[in-house]
Amino acid sequence: MSEEEIKKTIFQLLKRIAPETEPSELMPEENIREALNIDSFDALQFIVAISEKLKVEIPEEDYGKTTNLKSLVSYIQNKTK
Amino acid sequence: MIEFQMPSLGADMEDGTLVEWRKKPGDIIRRGDIIADVDTQKGLIEIEVFDEGILEKHLVMEGQKVPVGTVLALIKPLKEAKNVEVEKTEGEVPEKREELEIPHPIIEKKPMISREIEEKTEMPRIKISPLAKRIAEENKIDYSKIKGTGPEGSIVKGDIEKLMISMPQEAEVTEPEVAEPEVAEPEVKPQAPAWDALRMAIASSMSKSNKEIPHYYLEKRMNMSKAMDWLKERNRERPIQKRLLPVAILIKAVAKALDEVPDLNAVWEGSLQRKNEINIGFVVSLRSGGIVLPAILNADTKPVDEIMEILNDLIPRARAFKLRSSELGQSTFTITSIGEGGADKIFGLIYPPQVGIVGFGEISEQPVAEGGMLGIKPVIDVTLAADHRATDGLVGSRFLAALNKYLQNPDNL
Repeated sequence: MSEEEIKKTIFQLLKRIAPETEPSELMPEENIREALNIDSFDALQFIVAISEKLKVEIPEEDYGKTTNLKSLVSYIQNKTK
Repeated sequence: MIEFQMPSLGADMEDGTLVEWRKKPGDIIRRGDIIADVDTQKGLIEIEVFDEGILEKHLVMEGQKVPVGTVLALIKPLKEAKNVEVEKTEGEVPEKREELEIPHPIIEKKPMISREIEEKTEMPRIKISPLAKRIAEENKIDYSKIKGTGPEGSIVKGDIEKLMISMPQEAEVTEPEVAEPEVAEPEVKPQAPAWDALRMAIASSMSKSNKEIPHYYLEKRMNMSKAMDWLKERNRERPIQKRLLPVAILIKAVAKALDEVPDLNAVWEGSLQRKNEINIGFVVSLRSGGIVLPAILNADTKPVDEIMEILNDLIPRARAFKLRSSELGQSTFTITSIGEGGADKIFGLIYPPQVGIVGFGEISEQPVAEGGMLGIKPVIDVTLAADHRATDGLVGSRFLAALNKYLQNPDNL
């Protein structure tokens, strides 16, 4: 899956959780949760949605690799290779 | 005959507006069915009924605002109703007959879905339920182009909500900027009245709290290493959908601690009155402002897994204003949690007539001295605000000690 496709999916799912924000304006290394003001409950919902939509298994110890756009995209790319 | 009354959904609720009847005379009522939608300061609430029988008569019409305790409808109990047959003809009071076979109302329980199935015909004129129309108007939603899923293609609440979700920006964000639309309404409010009402409800109960309750505050830092390890171990074996969040463990630990210090699981109504059930009210923040306080009933008896499942169900519904009457107004103690990325500590205001509120800050790694050694551990700063009319500091202190004990021994939860 291309980087663009992954990003598009991420933005869609973030938009669903935080509809008043503009996820596509996230900086690559910005902390997603802080930038979009997402609490722990919604953060878990986001991870669940990502894993279901892109069919990737995300164990809890990898949550740290999903905090910003850059690391999340490369994490998913590695997982879907 | 059972009198079905306007329920109280919290100490601050004085009245409610019956917006839509979901059951009509002659309908079979089962425990847990939603009988009506009621508009309160906390938004539209689905009102459940806890009796069984046949709806005999509506005593309050749609659109009427009545005080808490007003009889809204009469329900004929099942025993009496046994000899009555249910006629499905609209608005007709059932006639006497020999036996009553109660069909399992699977469809009845989900009226929105059943209406979707029934929907076949298209109407040339816009048919819209009063409730849907009101929501649409309050949120300035143009419903002229949508297709209803209600009876005979009429537009129902769900359709408008679907539309609002699909265009949240139009509905919420850009609204204040909308210069006078075609409708020449002089007072264009920046937000839907429901939000104003929610703000007013919070304002009134928190003012009451601050004015009447002499709060005392205690604070304790708790080591979360064991609780986090416990969670990690469980989450490792689980699919992502079943994973637990720290808050589930915190809720359970609070409930168990309240079981040991029952004076805090109480209300103050001229004197301290302990409550038998431990129902934990959990503050859910709304992204657009405001808070909602759904309750986790009998949290002390529920496993952590079940509490997490309840949260998974409750939080999204609380945010969408889709709570049921049984989930509001029954809490006996409150938890407020700022969660990650937020404040280190939170000092709460008690929700009257309760006598205590626990505030959880962020779980963060901090230097902790233990057995003469310094280590880095995950810790959480826990505060308790309690009503000094009802209890003294010693009780509060015991509670925090009990809470800490459970967090250090998560296997006992």
